[in-house]
Amino acid sequence: MISLLLAADALAKLGATVGGGLAVIGAGIGIGRIGGQAMDAMARQPEKMGGLQSSMILAAALVEGATFLALVISILALFV
Amino acid sequence: MKQLRSIFLVALLLCCSLPGFSQEAEKEEGGVNLKEILFGHVQDAYQWHVTDIGGHPLIIHLPMIFYSQQSGFHVYCSSQFAHEPDENLLREGPDGFYIKGAEDEKGQIVEKVGAELQPVCFDISITKTVLVLFINAILLVCCILGAARWCKKHKVDDPAPRGFTGLIHMFVMAVYNDMIKPSLGEEAPKYAPYLMTCFFFIFLTNLMGVVPFPPGGGNLTGNITCTMFLALCTFLIVNVTGTKAYWKEIFWGDVPWWLKVPLPLMPFIEFFGIFTKPIALMIRLFANMLAGHVIAISLSCIIFIMFALGGTMGTVLGSAMTPVSVFLSIFMMLLEVLVCYIQAMVFTMLSAVFISMSHVKEHHA
Repeated sequence: MISLLLAADALAKLGATVGGGLAVIGAGIGIGRIGGQAMDAMARQPEKMGGLQSSMILAAALVEGATFLALVISILALFV
Repeated sequence: MKQLRSIFLVALLLCCSLPGFSQEAEKEEGGVNLKEILFGHVQDAYQWHVTDIGGHPLIIHLPMIFYSQQSGFHVYCSSQFAHEPDENLLREGPDGFYIKGAEDEKGQIVEKVGAELQPVCFDISITKTVLVLFINAILLVCCILGAARWCKKHKVDDPAPRGFTGLIHMFVMAVYNDMIKPSLGEEAPKYAPYLMTCFFFIFLTNLMGVVPFPPGGGNLTGNITCTMFLALCTFLIVNVTGTKAYWKEIFWGDVPWWLKVPLPLMPFIEFFGIFTKPIALMIRLFANMLAGHVIAISLSCIIFIMFALGGTMGTVLGSAMTPVSVFLSIFMMLLEVLVCYIQAMVFTMLSAVFISMSHVKEHHA
């Protein structure tokens, strides 16, 4: 019984950490695409560099916000 | 075949996770408790525990100010409370007051009334985070007001200032022209004071967080209360100065009628959007800075965890990990400086965008 409870605890930790990893994979894909496409656009139209840079960071920040929500939830599941 | 492999992988994962808890129990005795070190650093505390020198703690003691229902206002120094908690996880202090929790934890202050413990209300102690806030505010005022005085004394067509004043001028103009003006346009001068205060406060606080010793090293922007206040300010500005068209778009937007008449779907979503935007601002800054602190500590703790394994293996692994850890720490610190700037910029830029979004003009179709 005790070992079962311990295993459940370990499984809960596993779930939280794997969930955090999955969220980061999503953010990686999202931010990578944003960065890559912005690079493409900058190479095509270097005169639009400034505007592209700021909107790129804005979009990346929005993706990151969603990821951090997931990460905070997994940290809460781990420690609290 | 593919399915077999995935089943095998899952089984392997489970097996890897199972020995985890048996090792953990040993680690508690082994000496390095990563969780305690981590939380001791990133959480608030009633005193500033800088480091230990030869087993002797080096602590900056801070004032504790609180109000108790029984005996009114009290002011103590945190040195009057015991550093080590007793077996009930209470740190004993004068006049029947106790702090709940471990040595560097900011637990509740409780008062012993008869046999039971009663929490005090209204705790306005100058904690570690508050002290860091004061230090950073003073630093910021010194940096900015010094440069601002130059502008008062000189005319517009004077030659540009040199040295530190010149640096601040350049920085202020760059923030104004690149982050605030593009999104706010002609309304920029009205909101620039607030947005630039935000930017420079967040930037300086983030940078001071990277400095590893006092007066830096506090985790202020990684404290959710601080970021919540900043986000609350943005929330208030956005919604108080919002135009009529902004509120109309929220409650009666230009969407097909069936999205809003029997069931107010779009108004409901838009209404929640009002709150999720500042909450995202709050969480983003908080989580980014917290993650920076956690990474810095984890990387240096890796050495001690390896040595705590004990035996030849621990020594070999620890020695091997030391250069790796130092190299990675330097790399992460440099990255962290970049993150400090980017996060301050993102907060300012998003605030500017939210403000400009609430200033929509009535468009005639």
